[in-house]
Amino acid sequence: MDKFDAVVVGAGPAGCSAAYSLAKAGLQVLVCERGKYPGSKNMWGGAFFGPRMFEIFPDFTKEAPIERFVNRHTITLLDQEDALTFDFRTPNAPGSHLGFITLRAKFDRWMAEKTEQSGAIIAASLQADDLIREGNFIKGVKAGKEDFPADVVILAEGVNSLLTEKAGLRKPDSAHDMKQGVKEVIRLPREILEERFQLQDEEGVAMEFLGSCTGGLPGGGFLYTNRDSLSLGIVVQLSALLAKQVKISDLLEDFKKHPMIQPLIRKGELVEYSAHLIPVSGLKMMPRLFSDGVLVVGDAAALVLGTGLILEGANFSVASGVAAAKTVIQAKERGDFSGAALQQYERFLQEGGILKDFQTFRRAPDFLENERIYSVYPQWACGLARKIFTNDGKPRRNTFQVLRESMKGRVTLGNLVSDALKARKAI
Amino acid sequence: MKVEDKLALNKFEIDKEVHIQVEEKLCQGCDLKPCLYVCPAECYQLRENHMTFSYEGCLECGSCRLACDRQAIRWVYPRGGFGICYQYG
Repeated sequence: MDKFDAVVVGAGPAGCSAAYSLAKAGLQVLVCERGKYPGSKNMWGGAFFGPRMFEIFPDFTKEAPIERFVNRHTITLLDQEDALTFDFRTPNAPGSHLGFITLRAKFDRWMAEKTEQSGAIIAASLQADDLIREGNFIKGVKAGKEDFPADVVILAEGVNSLLTEKAGLRKPDSAHDMKQGVKEVIRLPREILEERFQLQDEEGVAMEFLGSCTGGLPGGGFLYTNRDSLSLGIVVQLSALLAKQVKISDLLEDFKKHPMIQPLIRKGELVEYSAHLIPVSGLKMMPRLFSDGVLVVGDAAALVLGTGLILEGANFSVASGVAAAKTVIQAKERGDFSGAALQQYERFLQEGGILKDFQTFRRAPDFLENERIYSVYPQWACGLARKIFTNDGKPRRNTFQVLRESMKGRVTLGNLVSDALKARKAI
Repeated sequence: MKVEDKLALNKFEIDKEVHIQVEEKLCQGCDLKPCLYVCPAECYQLRENHMTFSYEGCLECGSCRLACDRQAIRWVYPRGGFGICYQYG
């Protein structure tokens, strides 16, 4: 069996970015993808936020299967029946940095095709189930009875990073560090969709929801407009679902019945139901990113940044794939694939500002577990709005009094001040 | 809409081999049975006091792997090419 310069495990955005960059530099690369085709195992909410795709595929906005470009971003606080929305809109020429909406089964496949065109081999339906070792050194992967030796292995295996654990780079996962996400893709005729969401041409909306959609548990809801379908779903802290014995599928059904959501999905036809985990604890759960003969990228490296209003992963996946490739290219020039040489990867991540974002938001994961954010505050905000906008014929009162009164029995001034102080530090 | 009706819309490449297995002995002593509500595809069902897992509808999310603290679930992916095949994702 020939030896590859690098074997990449997983043909998602992180793995493809790494393999594409390596193959372009003339290295022999094999990508093992366990799915029938790249993207077949992958799902997400729906939008790619961040500029990294431009760095690797400058023309991707013209080539890639993009559903829509985000020009409208809303955040809605939900009570059982009420909703209070912040609605940001701006013209978005394709190519600006507001994000784009895409479906993974199509997008990852496109990325894998680009990767193949650059000279890498993508082997679909090939599951890497173990590592080849020589002492502490990782020297390739095993897939069934076959061995695929390589100078270096790049683990881009996603959130259930079984090989990363086998390589001894991380502790066993904990439900505390994960959010569970479910999504429905709901088909809707394009004209209806564009009229309903006030969109033109390639414009798209990204909607986030906080509050009753997760039953007050840490997490949120989302709705993204695809070209002729909607991606609707919720994301909830896995440990909270376990502690409260709540089924996410029930929460999703309730969310669809919310008076705010129901009219948005009316006449839609469900075409797919999907689920996935998201690693959300940032630096706290991050594995060792390199060792002798191995590098970890993307979700496997827990490179998902939660800032409270957004969970951003794909952008870091691409950046980490590129950084890993740069590291391997240098290592090959020097003929040294030891952990000491591959340490450069972490430096590239530092220099690229990726790890800096995780430093900046290092307190966010703990802060975002505060259940008041998902229960008390959305209820309070909706209740307040209702009071202000309702005229029941009684004499009107000073808005500040209404505000103070609406806090009664819900939130103390102490909670409010302490949460605000924590928020300032965390997000 | 029931979860099983939703799953019927998905595309699966169903293997003859079962990828996830429940260790009966370890499972028996568990009162909480978190697998019953943590699985978004509701693949775990109690039948006459026995935990069953219908692997055909598994979305391979890995939630049960983290939910079962008795290590009663032997969690691996389906063989390459098998299992869920998202058309949208």
